[in-house]
This record gives sequence, C-alpha cells and structure tokens, in this order.
Amino acid sequence: MIWFYLISGLFLGWSLGANDAANIFGTAVGSRMIKFRTAAIVSAVFVVLGAVISGAGATQTLGKLGAVNAIAGSFTVALSAAVTVTWMTKLKMPVSTSQAIVGAIIGWNFFTGSPTDINSLIKIVATWVLCPLLAAAFAFVFYKITMPVLTRTKIHLLEQDSYNRVGLLLVGAFGAYSLGANNIANVMGVFVPANPFNDLSLGSLFTLSGTQQLFLLGAIAISVGVFTYSYKVMMTVGNDLLKLTPIAALIVVLSESIVLFLFASKGIETWLASHGLPTIPLVPVSSSHAVIGGIVGIVLAKKGRGINIKVLGKISSGWITTPIIAAIISFIALYFAQNVFEQKVVTPGRETKVEIQEIDTKNEIIRKENSDEIIFNENIDDENHSKSNTESTTESDQKNKDKIERDENSIY
Amino acid sequence: MAVLFKKIKRLESQIDNYLDLVVKGGFLFKQGVKYYLEDQTEEFEKRMESIDTTESDADHLRRKIETKLYLETLIPESRGDVLGLLEACDKVLNMTAETLHQFSVEIPFILPEVKNYYIELTEASISALEEMVAAVRAYFADSKRVRDHINKVQLYESESDKIAAKLKRIVFRTDIQLSQKMHMRYFALHIENIADEAEDVCDRLSIAAIKRFN
Repeated sequence: MIWFYLISGLFLGWSLGANDAANIFGTAVGSRMIKFRTAAIVSAVFVVLGAVISGAGATQTLGKLGAVNAIAGSFTVALSAAVTVTWMTKLKMPVSTSQAIVGAIIGWNFFTGSPTDINSLIKIVATWVLCPLLAAAFAFVFYKITMPVLTRTKIHLLEQDSYNRVGLLLVGAFGAYSLGANNIANVMGVFVPANPFNDLSLGSLFTLSGTQQLFLLGAIAISVGVFTYSYKVMMTVGNDLLKLTPIAALIVVLSESIVLFLFASKGIETWLASHGLPTIPLVPVSSSHAVIGGIVGIVLAKKGRGINIKVLGKISSGWITTPIIAAIISFIALYFAQNVFEQKVVTPGRETKVEIQEIDTKNEIIRKENSDEIIFNENIDDENHSKSNTESTTESDQKNKDKIERDENSIY
Repeated sequence: MAVLFKKIKRLESQIDNYLDLVVKGGFLFKQGVKYYLEDQTEEFEKRMESIDTTESDADHLRRKIETKLYLETLIPESRGDVLGLLEACDKVLNMTAETLHQFSVEIPFILPEVKNYYIELTEASISALEEMVAAVRAYFADSKRVRDHINKVQLYESESDKIAAKLKRIVFRTDIQLSQKMHMRYFALHIENIADEAEDVCDRLSIAAIKRFN
C-alpha cells in the first residue's frame, strides 16, 4: 500500500526528470555537442548523488511550510502538484514543479486547518523572484568576463569546441547534482514527515537514513524520466528555445547550476552564518526560471537586444497562477481522498515528532524554534562537549516526548 | 581526452593545408598569366599542370575535412559556416584554374599596350584571394584580425575593378577587330571575377564571424 501512495511522488519525479534535465543538457544534446546517452547517464548519476547527499536542506523549508504527516495526504498533495504541472504544460503555460508543490502543500494546510508558516512562505516566494535574478546576474558577469578572455587567448575554433564539450559535461554534471539536491524536495519532500522507511545499514560502509532512501527512490524516478522522455524535450530546448552560441549556453547552464546549488547547499548556509553574513534560504527553486534568468543575463550583457517583455510577463504570471491552481486542486483532491475514499490525510499531533527527527540529524548547533534552548548534536568532536551535549540532547528529547504525549492526550 | 585533442590538432593542420593550397593556386595563376603574356609557353603550361594538381589536391582535402567534421560531429554550431567557407574558397581556386585553362585553349590575342594592365589586374585579384585566405584563417583563431583582412579584400577588389575598367577602355578605343576586343574584355572579366568571388567569401565570413563572437 505504501508503494501505491509513493506512486504520485514517483510520477512527479518522472515528469521532473523528463522536463528539467533538458534545462541542463538541452543545448548540449540539441546541438549535438554531447550524445544523449552520455547526457542521460551523467544526469542520472549526479541527480541521485545530489538528492541523497544534499537533498535535506530544501526539504526542511518545505516541511516548515506544512508538514504533510499522513501518507495518503502526501500522495494527494504530490498528485495534485503533478496534475497541475501536466495540465499547465498541456495548456502551454509556464509551470514550475516547485511552485506547484508549494501551492499543493498550502492546499493541504487549508484543508486540514494546519497553520501556514508565513515566514517560510515569504521566504519561498522571495526565492522564486530571486532565483532568475541571481541567475541573470551570474550569467551577465560570466559573459562579460569570458568573452574578452576568449578573444584575447586566440584559441582555435576546433580546440574551443573541445573545451566547450568538456565544460558542458562538467557543468552538466554539477547542474544535475544541484538539480537533485534542490528539486528532490519537490518530489519527495511531502513524503518525509510520513516517511515509511527505516535506516538501512550497508555493512560497516555507510548507513542510509529513511529520508535518504526516500530521496534515492525519488532520484531514480527522476533518472527514469531523463532516460525515457527527456530526449524530445532536450531537442526542443536545444533547437527552438535556446538558440545560443555554445559559450553562451555553457554560461547559462553554469549560472543555473550555481543558483540551484546555492539554494540547496547546507554547507554554504553554515559558512555564511558562521561569518555573520546573511544566509541564502534553502528552498526548492525552478530550474526553468533559472535558465530563463541566465538567458536574460546574456541578453543584457549583449546590451539588451531581443528581450521579449511579453514572455517575461507570462513567466512571472506563473508565480501566482501555478500555486493557486495547485492549492485549489489539492484542496478538492484532499476532500475526495478523505470523504469519498475514506483515507487519513492528516495525523494530528505528529508534527512535533518530525521536528525531533530533524534535530537528531543535524550536525550543527540548532536553535529550536519554539524555545530559547540551544541543543548541541552528539557528533561534535570535543569529547567534553560531546558528553554534556548528549545529556542536553537527551534532556530536550525527553521534554519533547513529554510534550507529544501531552498533545496526544489532549487530542484523544 | 588526449585522443580527442590529437584528432582536433590533425584536423586543424588539414584545414591549414587546405588554405595553403588555395594560396598556392593563386600564386600559380599569377605566374601562369605572366608567362602567357611573356609568351613563355612551356613555363605557362607547367603552371597550368601544377594548378590542376593543386586544385585536385585541395578538392580531396576539403572532402576529407567535411567528412571528418560530420562524422565526428565537431563544431556543430559553426559547421555549416565552416563548410560553406571552405566550399566558397574552393570556388575561387577553381576559377583560377579554369581561367588559366581558357588562356591555354583560346590563346587570346593581347594588345601589347594593355599587357601591364593584365599583370596589375592579376596581382590585385590574387592579393584579394590571399587576403581572403588570411581572413578565413583569422576566423578560426584570431577574431580581431578578421575585419582587417576583409577590409583589405574590399580594397583589392575595388582596385581590380578600376584596373579592369581602364583596360577595357583602352581595348575598345583601338582599331582592331571587335572579336579581339570582346575576347580581351572576356579575359579581363574572368580575372576580375576572382577578386569579386573573394569578396563574396568575405561577405559570408563577416556574418559567420558575427555569429561566432556574439
């Protein structure tokens, strides 16, 4: 039954793989700089690595927006997002999986009466605007630096072509890693609070946590999407939409990959925080928007020739329409799931448990949101600290467990 | 990776060799016309044979380059431009060989007072051809030089037009048979056409250069 519930997430993953891999390798494959097989293999491997290694950051932000804590609820939310994406794609409307899933989660919040964390919502929406702007800024700067260097270095066209191929492959691998790290939250994020998997130890080599197994499954679905359907999309993107020079294409993909990575990297967030700098929110962003931002950056670097304001307006309208449509579909679907199919779409009081699981997996100091208490993780190297910190963690876990019991008693 | 770069280097040198052959064709043409005007038939025939061999070698090499570019899917974005440029260069080379052949077959009568004009016209046209080759070489590696060479081609082409006009004026104002006048005009036109064709290649090249560096 659990596998059935995961189908909607896997479907969403498949469609993400089919569509978004084209944002990374579309130009390279469409222009035949890289063979589709090579691109698909590199995408699949690096999407899986990105999802399993760095997928947690953006997922936590989605979890804060609304922790869908019953598997039937997760199924319905993911299905609503998938339906929205498919429907809007059919209508040839600009659509982003990230926006669809956020809308669907808000739909779940409304339906179940769970509060929507406005701060998280503002953070997410701000990121949608920031993502293409940042990609445009990166592409602009890279283009301005690269072109004079290329003109001065006098590299032969054929050699430049070879460097470009290698560059597209490397940047594509980085892009696929970033896509996996950032967008796995869209595919499997809603299943994390209702995660059915237990930790899995593979000998003494490493342990895959339940969440990582879930991400692995989602990443495999993305990879299947890449192998089975992305070729057509890549050819379309490569030949119709992105008629760029190979250098410009490389810059666009690099900018897109950096942006996706920035919005998924816990390492960068911790580094910025430790240096007292403003942190970048870990939020699933749209790779399509990042690509469009990158292209706009290139166009601006070429003194703004050929920007189609109408197209930009159409894309921006998607920031509003997609989440609203997804929220409405999610609300209606949840109503049917609960009242017609008699499925449990929400588990009262389970939200706090999820919060404890998150705290346990963190490797840095975490300030718990609803108290001023600082909890240290037991992985900190200093032994003395470790001892006292473990005690502190155990104490706080006990407090939280007591709170859950109190919550559950009050519900029943 | 090393294999890929080795292949690329080999192809680069093949393209260079091809362009060398085009320049060689121009040089042989210049010598051939000079020997024809000086009535050195034996030397003229030798140049004609050499230009035939050069043309055939260039054709063979060009096909090899084209096949490689397609089979190994190299420079997919610029392949069309590169192949177009190489074929256009080949057309210029063919024109030199063909014109020299026409001298050999038709043995045109040339007025002694216009012989120098023919030599000047040939030099201007072949200079245009040489600058055209330099522009094509620059397209592959040194973008800034493309424009300089294209400008020179345009200058030589305009120079060849002026010389050809002068030559025709003199020819048509002399008291010889109309057929001879027409024949001389015909050969002046053919030599002049080499510069025109070189200019056409450069027009194509300037668009290709814009596409590549923007």
